[in-house]
Amino acid sequence: MVSSAARFSPLPGAVPAGLTDLEAGELRAFCERWRAEGASLMALWASDERDRGGGFRLHLAFLDDRGLRVARVALAESAPEYPDLSDLFPAAARMQRAAFDLTGVRALGGDPRPWLRHAAWPADWFPLRRDAPAPAPREPQPEVYDFVAVAGDGVHEIPVGPVHAGIIEPGHFRFSVVGEKVLRLEERLGYTHKGIEKRFESLSLTEGARLAARVSGDSAAAYAWAYCMALESLCGVAPPPRALWLRALLVERERIANHLGDLGALGNDAGFAFGLAQFSRLKEQVLRDNQGAFGARYPFDYIVPGGVARDLDEAQWQTLWTQLLPLQDEARRLRAIYDDHGGLQDRFAGCGRISPELAVRLGLVGLAARASGQTRDLRCDFPCAPYDRLAVNRVTHPGGDVAARVAVRFDELFESLRLCRAILEHLPDGAVRAELPPAATDRPGCGAVEGWRGPVLVALEAGPDGRIRRCHPHDPSWQNWPALEYAVIGNIVPDFPLINKSFNLSYSGHDR
Amino acid sequence: MLKTLMQIGRVGVVSEAPPAPDPALRLGQALRKEIARVFGRALAIRQVDAGSCNGCELEIHALNNPYYNLEGLGIKFVASPRHADLLLVTGPVSRHMEIALKRTYEAMPEPKWVIAAGDCGCNGGIFGESYASRGPVARVIPVDVQVPGCPPEPLALLRGILTLVSAAADTGG
Repeated sequence: MVSSAARFSPLPGAVPAGLTDLEAGELRAFCERWRAEGASLMALWASDERDRGGGFRLHLAFLDDRGLRVARVALAESAPEYPDLSDLFPAAARMQRAAFDLTGVRALGGDPRPWLRHAAWPADWFPLRRDAPAPAPREPQPEVYDFVAVAGDGVHEIPVGPVHAGIIEPGHFRFSVVGEKVLRLEERLGYTHKGIEKRFESLSLTEGARLAARVSGDSAAAYAWAYCMALESLCGVAPPPRALWLRALLVERERIANHLGDLGALGNDAGFAFGLAQFSRLKEQVLRDNQGAFGARYPFDYIVPGGVARDLDEAQWQTLWTQLLPLQDEARRLRAIYDDHGGLQDRFAGCGRISPELAVRLGLVGLAARASGQTRDLRCDFPCAPYDRLAVNRVTHPGGDVAARVAVRFDELFESLRLCRAILEHLPDGAVRAELPPAATDRPGCGAVEGWRGPVLVALEAGPDGRIRRCHPHDPSWQNWPALEYAVIGNIVPDFPLINKSFNLSYSGHDR
Repeated sequence: MLKTLMQIGRVGVVSEAPPAPDPALRLGQALRKEIARVFGRALAIRQVDAGSCNGCELEIHALNNPYYNLEGLGIKFVASPRHADLLLVTGPVSRHMEIALKRTYEAMPEPKWVIAAGDCGCNGGIFGESYASRGPVARVIPVDVQVPGCPPEPLALLRGILTLVSAAADTGG
């Protein structure tokens, strides 16, 4: 344990982080050790280093009791390969496939099917290779994908998507069912892949914050903060305290808005339309106050490198302050109604369960993990400013079912309302933006923020002249999408929308 | 039950008046008057996310909240393109969604309209055109009205929809 810890050199930044370089041959042994020590895999990606004479590179980010651990593995240009890690960290399976689709770096022994690549570009063309020629114009073509077939008496398949029956992001779900019972669900994602990682490489370090905020719009503040945290780590600068408190205010309001929306939608999906009408009204009030205080209902570009774009004046402060207690009262009333509603609780209880053991095995993260008895929350475990002054109360629930994910949302909603009050009450004076010195080009910068869905990670490398060399944004949905496949096993098809909504995972954040 | 009814009574009706149509949002030729007359405001919308960041979807959802009360205007979202008069499309069109978007459009009965919502749907937005993105919606299917914004506010979306269905705003013939 000491030897594995000793190899990490610290990376500066708001979240404790260490960096180590490994040989491909020792990767599995280290991964086995870290797994035994309780580390979870946060992200896996690859980069093309041939322009720096380094072949290719595999990057892995782990989270453990000490913080963020980034391991880099140099891979030969002639054979950019490494051993499959999905038996140790199941969440690695899709990340490995995605890394191959984008860079051609291959996990030996892993699932050979493409993941982010459908049919838009050829299998031997890798968008993130620095010498990738401009792709030839290609007629759109349907994809042939090798779904796992379930055989047996009375088994049939229900294909759903990519276009779904509501106002939802696109993705494909392949159900194998007997009667109404789900035997197996296989997801096919990647429909909203829009080349974000490649796009980053055409932007300046400053412009990158705007793109980061649009990786997953419902988590714009978390992404923008994580990106800026990574950039500020590279620049060796910390934003003024007031800016950090305002960033946290926006991230907590993002959590409040999303939880309100989900709580309404979950009621609706269980046949209680009253819930949708009531909670969507409360969410609308939060958004209107955002408009008043931050200049937009969804202030995507409020968090900027070095701080925030604008200060909050007295009237705007008042707008936000006066809303909080009435909102809390309203939400409490609605929770009592939800808790007392037998029909609603019947649908929620026992539905789509992920046991705490399975949550650990799959490496579940964020809200869904805390609803399956897990405790990790970056705001509590590694509190950066201002969370270090706010003593965030950890929310956890052992149930693992839809009811638990509803309960965690309610508890987190009330905690975020408390945090918003505390932030407004103790908001420090001073500037809201710092100048950024030039960014270091010899090391990566990392930012990690506990968004409403879970931990959002941004790993950033700067090139010369203030450009982005490589940027990897990672959404917590990567870990949790595979868990949805487990959560529906044995449930009936009509409960799928409810189970799916209880996770409410991002397609865009995943597909990038 | 009593608590539920009391809550409904306490909140009351919060719906607000809809915005006026804006002919400036129109793209290409004006609508034929008789189509607008036949539909009135009873419009069925099929929404397709063709690759958005999901920000636009948040505001489209808001159209159904009690403040904007879209259904109160006789306009509703439907589950099938075969039931739809209007296709509301968001996102730069990802290349992986191109076929699905075209098929959805083709599955709609005539007459049909298309609104491209959000900066990305209008002009490709920050994602632009790339190996993975086709850019604006109009590059893939015909678009009648564009509603810019990142994300567009519910009132802007509502104005765009009402611009389509409002015979009064029709300058063609």
